[in-house]
Amino acid sequence: MEHDHHHHEHGSELSDMQLRTRAIETILLEKGYIEQAAIDDLIETYEKKIGPRNGAQVVAKAWSDPNFRKWLFEDGTAAIGSLGFGGRSGNHLVALENTPTVHNMIVCTLCSCYPWAVLGLPPLWYKSAPYRSRTVADPRGVLADFGVSLPKDTEIRVWDSTAELRYMVVPMRPAGTEGWSEDKLAELVTRDSMVGTGFPKSPKDLT
Amino acid sequence: MDGIHDMGGMDGFGKVEAEQNEPPFHEKWEGRVMAMQRAMGYAGAWHIDHARYAQERIPPHIYLKASYYQKWALAMETNIVERGLAGADELKAGHALRPGKALPRKFTPDLAAKLTRGSFHRQQPAPARFKIGDRVRTRNMHPETHTRLPRYARDRVGIVEANQGCHMYPDSVASNLGDNPQWLYTIVFDGRELWGADSDPTLKVSIEAFEPYLEPV
Amino acid sequence: MSEHDHDHDHSELSETQLRVRALETILTEKGYVDPAALDAIVEAYETRIGPRNGAAVVARAWSDPAFKTALLADASKAVATLGHISRVGDHLIAVENTPKTHNMIVCTLCSCYPWEVLGLPPIWYKSAPYRSRAVKDPRGVLADFGVTLPQGTDIRIWDSTAETRFIVLPMRPAGTAGWSEEKLADLVTRDSMIGTGLPKQPGVK
Repeated sequence: MEHDHHHHEHGSELSDMQLRTRAIETILLEKGYIEQAAIDDLIETYEKKIGPRNGAQVVAKAWSDPNFRKWLFEDGTAAIGSLGFGGRSGNHLVALENTPTVHNMIVCTLCSCYPWAVLGLPPLWYKSAPYRSRTVADPRGVLADFGVSLPKDTEIRVWDSTAELRYMVVPMRPAGTEGWSEDKLAELVTRDSMVGTGFPKSPKDLT
Repeated sequence: MDGIHDMGGMDGFGKVEAEQNEPPFHEKWEGRVMAMQRAMGYAGAWHIDHARYAQERIPPHIYLKASYYQKWALAMETNIVERGLAGADELKAGHALRPGKALPRKFTPDLAAKLTRGSFHRQQPAPARFKIGDRVRTRNMHPETHTRLPRYARDRVGIVEANQGCHMYPDSVASNLGDNPQWLYTIVFDGRELWGADSDPTLKVSIEAFEPYLEPV
Repeated sequence: MSEHDHDHDHSELSETQLRVRALETILTEKGYVDPAALDAIVEAYETRIGPRNGAAVVARAWSDPAFKTALLADASKAVATLGHISRVGDHLIAVENTPKTHNMIVCTLCSCYPWEVLGLPPIWYKSAPYRSRAVKDPRGVLADFGVTLPQGTDIRIWDSTAETRFIVLPMRPAGTAGWSEEKLADLVTRDSMIGTGLPKQPGVK
């Protein structure tokens, strides 16, 4: 479309996109390419069922269970699949380990590739020009935009998801969480901490 | 800066569409913008490098949609404010609220009879590092500020075809670091060096490169 | 301009016109520019400085071998000897088309152009399609201009990334022996001096 004045309250602008979407959907349905129920189901799945809580479970288990942790880093697809996540999307999943010396960040400079199976749909900022352009060149500047700063000598590793491999970051376990259940640990794991633009919450954040 | 202006080799912009018998200006205001830019340059308000750098900093989505003279006008507003020639409040008010700064010169009507660009030659700082025929590699450099080494021609091997003398160095001038004169060379690349082994073998592309952009091979 | 990039014609132009008027008012009131001088600059580019200057240079080069040699050696100096052409600064370079090599000029980074001999650049020269494609797909660009080069012609693109400015010296059309410079100049199109066109042929409008 030539017009992109999304800042206007022209009812006609929103209607234009709605109309075009409706036209596409109608045609695909009438041609027999897609089924209404399947579309509705997909929407419901991503609105309600697949989201960062999945990834938080994976991280919590990695924090709690050394064998799972080892498996996760050796074969992310299989380990994550064992929890019932992944599969459909067909992507290979790779888990990245944050350590005191290495901090990981994921990006897709070319479009918006994201580990949907464990994090759900990506947020707007992840798909935006500022994030896509700056992360590979100035990750510390991007982290600053998120209010995050790392020690000067921490290595930052940026992973550009240019193929069908999808990445998730396994952040470091916060201090003061010894003996916590996986469910309670999962509550500390934020979406941003699994993308690399944030840290998990600390125990005091939960009180 | 690795900005939107650096378009050499980008895909997706479509056909080149030429207008027949195009007038110099499509609107009166365009002529005023062009004339103001020439007059302010002559007056010593800023160098062409400042004007270019300000344009490069226009946000990409505005840069791509703005017409040529709109970009010049936007850049002029930026330089006027950044260089303390007028305030943003005055631009908003549409007229001066305070007296102006003293500038070295003023473009008078009679000067329009001999509209030439000033010379960019400057005294040579040192002997030229490269001679005609030398193979050179352009640096893999990504300055955040103004440069005239396009991305498509970075980290590429070419031949020194000509020495254009010593010029003011845009990378320094635009950042207000002085003239910092540098030797300027015409560097010619085989098209395949730029666009890959499968590209047009009959193509050669040259750029005008300042000595700091180049390394010996 | 500004954050809105909608193209509602009337309000968009009005906003630009207002901002430009504000610029001129402020620069005048501050004593930086003289509106009469601005008028004179506009007039110079609307009436005097244009491709006719470059065409005269090309016609002279076609007619006078010594001038052509001088032009290719140092275009600034050579053109300066032609008192009737508008003055040029220090940095003009003429590049010669031959049966083996066709030249094209571009400024990928902005719009650098040999103003003094060609006047103000056309919109297409300053546009994203030309700036992006000329260095990578010049034959495609020539096709947009309806130009096909003979087989076996190499192409040389000159990206004007510094203050040196280029003008293409096209090949003299056949069948023009003995023509006056004035008549020859009529064959020299603006596009042929940028490299996106060829000179007119005798007898063709």
